Amino acid sequence: MTKQLMSGNEAVARGAWEAGVAFASAYPGTPSTEILENVGTYKEIVAEWAPNEKVAMEAAIGASMGGVRSMAAMKHVGLNVAADPIFTFAYMGVSGGMVFVTADDPGMHSSQNEQDNRNYAPFIKIPMLEPSDSQEAKDMFRDAFDLSERFDTPVMFRMTTRVCHSKSLVEPGERYPFAAIPYVKNRAKFDDVPIAAKRNRLKMPERDRRLLALSNDCKYNRAEYSGSRKVGIVTSGVSYQYAKEVFGDAVSYLKLGLTNPLPIDLIREFRARVETMYVIEELDPYMENQIKAAGIDCIGKEKIPAIDELNPNIIRKALLGEEARGVQGDPKLVVPRPPALCAGCPHRGFFYEAAKRKDTVIVGDIGCYALSGNEPLNAKDLANCMGSAFSVGHGLSKAFALSGQDKTVVACMGDSTFFHTGINALEEVIYNDSHLICCVLDNRITGMTGHQENPGTGYTLKGEPATIMDVGTIVRALGLERVRTVNPLHLDEMKKALDWAYTEVREGPVVLITRWPCVLKRLSAEDRREFRMTPAQCTIDRKKCIGCKKCLSTGCPALSFDTCERKAAIDPMQCVGCTVCAQVCPQQAIVKGAKKA
Amino acid sequence: MKRPDTQSVILVGVGGQGTILASKVLTTGLIDAGYDVKMSEVHGMSQRGGSVTTQVRYGQKVWSPLIGQGEADVLVSFETMEAMRCLPFLKPGGKVIVNTYRMPPLPVLSGECEYPDGIVDELKKRADTLAIDAVKIASDLGMPRGMNVVLLGALISAIGVDGADWTQALRGCVKPKFFEDNLRCLEAGLNLAAAKA
Ligand code: SF4
Ligand code: SF4
Ligand code: SF4
Repeated sequence: MTKQLMSGNEAVARGAWEAGVAFASAYPGTPSTEILENVGTYKEIVAEWAPNEKVAMEAAIGASMGGVRSMAAMKHVGLNVAADPIFTFAYMGVSGGMVFVTADDPGMHSSQNEQDNRNYAPFIKIPMLEPSDSQEAKDMFRDAFDLSERFDTPVMFRMTTRVCHSKSLVEPGERYPFAAIPYVKNRAKFDDVPIAAKRNRLKMPERDRRLLALSNDCKYNRAEYSGSRKVGIVTSGVSYQYAKEVFGDAVSYLKLGLTNPLPIDLIREFRARVETMYVIEELDPYMENQIKAAGIDCIGKEKIPAIDELNPNIIRKALLGEEARGVQGDPKLVVPRPPALCAGCPHRGFFYEAAKRKDTVIVGDIGCYALSGNEPLNAKDLANCMGSAFSVGHGLSKAFALSGQDKTVVACMGDSTFFHTGINALEEVIYNDSHLICCVLDNRITGMTGHQENPGTGYTLKGEPATIMDVGTIVRALGLERVRTVNPLHLDEMKKALDWAYTEVREGPVVLITRWPCVLKRLSAEDRREFRMTPAQCTIDRKKCIGCKKCLSTGCPALSFDTCERKAAIDPMQCVGCTVCAQVCPQQAIVKGAKKA
Repeated sequence: MKRPDTQSVILVGVGGQGTILASKVLTTGLIDAGYDVKMSEVHGMSQRGGSVTTQVRYGQKVWSPLIGQGEADVLVSFETMEAMRCLPFLKPGGKVIVNTYRMPPLPVLSGECEYPDGIVDELKKRADTLAIDAVKIASDLGMPRGMNVVLLGALISAIGVDGADWTQALRGCVKPKFFEDNLRCLEAGLNLAAAKA
């Protein structure tokens, strides 16, 4: 087959297919999302969205126990959620090979932190592979399943944004026909009662020794000696590409792909052959610390920054002292372009009304609505991690009550986030009875990561119909009757619902569900039945407009202000006619009716 | 010690402007012409109206998918102001192709600040710049949305790749229904840059 340009994520999916993987599960999260989306295109693989990463990991573990090759994928913070089952599965080992991907995000392009998940591998005590580009991502992922079965261990596959999302050429291969291993009851291996766990634990050092031997002698860990042995560079992942870019063939390299266990003998041998040894790695001194602990001298984080994404320029500046300067222009000619909720986003009505409330703290979560903290909505106060809004809000409201601070806490998260771990947080709120207004911003889809289905939408990853889980019914089933559903595009309704919630919350927790589809969602048959939308747009009657700018406070990117004429205007290319701005205008200058362009 | 044969192109625009399609045609043509190609999309959270950058690198053998400041040979901007934002990525002596189309960002829409004036003049002062009213050109050809392909044409003629069949590359990347219109946009772009050169 001819070479194809593939992103690292597409290449992993291809690798999974070639390895004969039968089951794959994930929760979407940038930069890992496209792995499962692409796995889903192969008909031989059962590919599913799980409600969260722990569930995805557990499902993949179960599939492995059932004798097929299986995988799970997640972004770096997802592994925090999925850590519980994998630590124990590392004791048990596999039946069918099992590999999971963690996609780290150095530089935090779209994440709340930049944790270096390589640190997890020695902690979990499993082998880790780190590809440098798409070809390697595909080959290594395929080979990882052999490794998993040969060493009876789950394998961690660590990628970073730059490997996930950059495209390079890949030579596709054939699918390996993996025959399922028949299930045989084996409590000593898979039933993790203490007696079994203790025995499994005792087997692990031997596995580590065998893995170490492999690490010192495998195709993914290789030295590349050049004519000059003056400088040697130990590197892994995408840092290898950056190093090659800067130094080309002028130095020697030790390129590592299997980075747990780290091949200390190989590194020592390399060290003996070069005059000065540098360790070039992104984020933490993961390799450097182990190398130095083994008594091998090297230069690493003294020169290479431990924060943010690397690139060739940073390395060039750090090690050669050369600073590339691009063309400089007048900085006054650039103004910021902050991201904003889309024109007609259903979250806008909720935040517009919620932000007006006095003595209120708004706790946010992970999703498009994270943008609600920005001007002009200026609604959100704080947020921590996925699914945390209700539990953080719970503690916050308890603290306010205890210390006599008279504040109402409004916590919000999306539907997908609710199914992720928000549902557990709501159990906490109801059981421990905090006076908290919990809002589920149900836009009928997982919006932020690009519109993946979830348990509430009625479809699976493969597009097959699924049972629709209704948030209101779930909340009632948890024992809470103070629950209301509103259309957030009707500001009056939204305001009344909040009034109601502010009164009811004196009695105990309240759940408000705002229900309207994301404007970018491809509407399903159910959606079309439920949400009646007239495809029309709003226009501004310039004679009536007094230029008060109230409409602009909704933060809709379709609205603009003409500073010369001091009047507002609506961009027909963007407006979807949600009428939120019209409801805000004191002059009734905004009318719906224009045909959609 | 940058390999002299590796070329780096930065395409920048605002979400939804078709930078991704343009990059796709570009990389398809380059691969068919026998180059090693790497492409990287660099963007922040969720793309709700933020700026989007694509980096395309090609040559005999490409290592890094990412370039830093001062390393781009050509900068193509689908929106006027975004060219200024990305200018530090251009190496001294590099080329700029800029669309004269403006998409005001939120702070401008809300009247908080003005869309800066004189960007094209500034660009011309600092670098070898070709300014194109790609929307007008594409509209005249009956396809206003084809401005991305007009800009792509201008880029291709600026980098001068030998041995690539761009018509074929375009055909593989767009729906058959829009192919003819897109092809006219591409040719307009190619001619334009050639005429000014
Ligand atoms: S993608 Fe959907 S939910 Fe997200 S900002 Fe846009 S309209 Fe709102
Ligand atoms: S709210 Fe109404 S009157 Fe005020 S600027 Fe907007 S359109 Fe004009
Ligand atoms: S009706 Fe108003 S708020 Fe809604 S999309 Fe149009 S301009 Fe934006």
